[in-house]
Amino acid sequence: MTERARVPLHRDPKFRALVFQILALGFVVYGFYSLFQTTVDNLVARGIQTGTSFFDEVAPFQIGFSPFFDYKLGESTYIDVFFVGIQNTILVAVLGIIAATILGFFIGVIRLSPNWLVSRGALAYIEIFRNVPLLLQIMFWNFAIFLPSLPAPKNSIEMGSFYLNARGFHTPLPVVDDSTGFTIWIAMLVILCAGLVVFARRAKARFEETGEQLPIGWISLGVIFGGGYLLYLIAGSPLVFDEPVLGRFNFKGGGQLPLPLFSLWFALTLYTAAFIAENVRAGIQAVSQGQNEAAHALGLSRKDTVRLITIPQALRVIIPPTISQYLNLTKNSSLAVAVGYEELVAVWAGITLNQTGQALVIIGMTVAVYECLSLFTSFVLNWYNKRIQLTER
Amino acid sequence: MADVKTFVPAPDRAPPSNAVGAFAWVRDNLFGSIGSSVATLLFFYLFFSYVPPFVEWALINANWTGTDRSVCEANTAGACWTFINVRFEQILFGLYFASNPDEIWRPTLIFIVFFALLIPLLFEKTPGKKWLVIGILGVFPVLFYFIVYGGYFGISQSNTTQWGGFLLTFALAFVGILLALPIGILLALGRRSEMPVIRSICVVYIEFWRGTPLITILFMASVMLPLFFPAGVEFDKVVRAMIGITMFQSAYTAEAVRGGLAAIPKGQAEAAMALGLGYWRRTVFITLPQALKISIPSIVNTFIALFKDTSLVSIIGLLDLLNMAQTASRSMEWKGYDIEAYLFAGFIYWAFCYGMSRYSQNLERKLDTNRRN
Repeated sequence: MTERARVPLHRDPKFRALVFQILALGFVVYGFYSLFQTTVDNLVARGIQTGTSFFDEVAPFQIGFSPFFDYKLGESTYIDVFFVGIQNTILVAVLGIIAATILGFFIGVIRLSPNWLVSRGALAYIEIFRNVPLLLQIMFWNFAIFLPSLPAPKNSIEMGSFYLNARGFHTPLPVVDDSTGFTIWIAMLVILCAGLVVFARRAKARFEETGEQLPIGWISLGVIFGGGYLLYLIAGSPLVFDEPVLGRFNFKGGGQLPLPLFSLWFALTLYTAAFIAENVRAGIQAVSQGQNEAAHALGLSRKDTVRLITIPQALRVIIPPTISQYLNLTKNSSLAVAVGYEELVAVWAGITLNQTGQALVIIGMTVAVYECLSLFTSFVLNWYNKRIQLTER
Repeated sequence: MADVKTFVPAPDRAPPSNAVGAFAWVRDNLFGSIGSSVATLLFFYLFFSYVPPFVEWALINANWTGTDRSVCEANTAGACWTFINVRFEQILFGLYFASNPDEIWRPTLIFIVFFALLIPLLFEKTPGKKWLVIGILGVFPVLFYFIVYGGYFGISQSNTTQWGGFLLTFALAFVGILLALPIGILLALGRRSEMPVIRSICVVYIEFWRGTPLITILFMASVMLPLFFPAGVEFDKVVRAMIGITMFQSAYTAEAVRGGLAAIPKGQAEAAMALGLGYWRRTVFITLPQALKISIPSIVNTFIALFKDTSLVSIIGLLDLLNMAQTASRSMEWKGYDIEAYLFAGFIYWAFCYGMSRYSQNLERKLDTNRRN
């Protein structure tokens, strides 16, 4: 009985899998092809010429806020608008990520406070802010709170050289005054940091050898700020502060955060912090109590237990979902369109699309930017997960 | 017989009086250490300087009655709920139904039916849950179409561009979850398939929609969708938004279901295979029911996110709950009462999302203990 029964071809799993896949591929290819054909027909019928030739046309609108690129009405082209949009998206994302991380960690930690009121307060914060749509929160802060209650530029709220009014938040901005002095200062700072790295290595080697611990963190902090300031004076104070000055309608000079950016930043921070706080809480609770007890049994102080035992293990659980939150924050920054902050979706997928009608190219490029960010995030996540897997036993 | 002495433990002594009762609780939980005491005092300070004035403004001094803004202008110490009261039907049902008093029964009836089906479903011991689920997922949408959209049985056809308020928010979210569920299940199965082409197609689809912000997708749906269909095929704005939301939501549902599928032990599928069940029977009768049960909490979580995200349609000009409230607060009669409008809309969103998240947490806890048994 060596002869095996022949499986009929339509029952052979390999053959069936092949047929299914060819069918699926054919279906998808045909779908895209017919979509493409209809789109081309539609575009011809509407007399729209799709292409990238509009990139070099001069954009007929003003963008008020562009901190790093020069944007001039009448000179800048549509492609400049695209880059200004990306710049502003990244700016609010970075500001939001920094603030949301700080606030989220704070709320997450006090959520586990032994004080009942404090932990309930943190819970109330989390439950309120993450269950209300972000768009509503952005509009609420911008239109219902900040815009009506902040004063006109003439009566700005003053905090030293900082001014807050209905147009936004104005700060002094350091500007290089003496460029040779500035170069010398930066060079000296680099040498200082290199020195600190050498010092930290020595201290670590000494710790491994003798067990003596030096407060490296505090020393470095002191040297960087104290020494940095001293070197700044030695280099002849190469920076001047460009202070905001009240002009006819608004402040001129200095740095400024326009009110839409300020509201968006504020709302994104409060919203994302609620999610990060939950990650932080879950991460800290994931460290088993036995770890703390073992650390106490080894004679570690409470501070060292937190620093060396709890935090490193909790971070492993906290970091991956928090990175996803950073991506969410960046995607959510596109809601700026509601308050008029000039980021990618507002100026590119909004104004430029209305002006040129180039839906295909513009939406395609917008999606591509976010897809790149999302791919980059998952790349970072995979890298991080691989790294912590290696250190794990 | 010898006496058998049995050991009778003495009754427990009562705990020391300073370790029980309200006083001990306050000492342990509010003044456990110096830091804790400072935090408690700080908390009380912040609480009493913000909460009572807010309650006074929102409830005690608030204006509830009246038909125009003169009432609120006479008493500015409290919130102007008069405004919400007057515009209540608009904010809930949108312009079409609010401006036709004869039609208002349609959305009202639909919500009554929906909650009559939903509420018993939330209790564990309700009999015949299967029929309720079929009612909500199968019969209710048909009813919704005939009653709210209309056009049959003497019910006049409503204009979708005039749908609005909570009704629109509800319709978008419900259609999103209803259509996204089957698509998401197929995508999740595809992503776990052993056929590389099928798997790649599903991965690309899921990651594409997950990587793009919903607002871009809505722009895409409202601007590009008409280009994708042959001339003559036209969708109104609401349907376009529904298509965009379904695409977006199906990717997230797929990931939730995939999580459930991954949690089912391999032995289940192997045992089914040993019994001679083919792929579809194995999936439909063995793995999928178990996976879906586990993934209900994550599906509910994606649903909460979707419910909040439907507010983005106000950017493409649909008058959903958020936009309706905002539009009302910007009208000539009620200018300046933005805070009330946002608070009211925010409260509705909050109540639904919080309710759903509590439900999903409870379910998660219940499912978790089931697995440990």
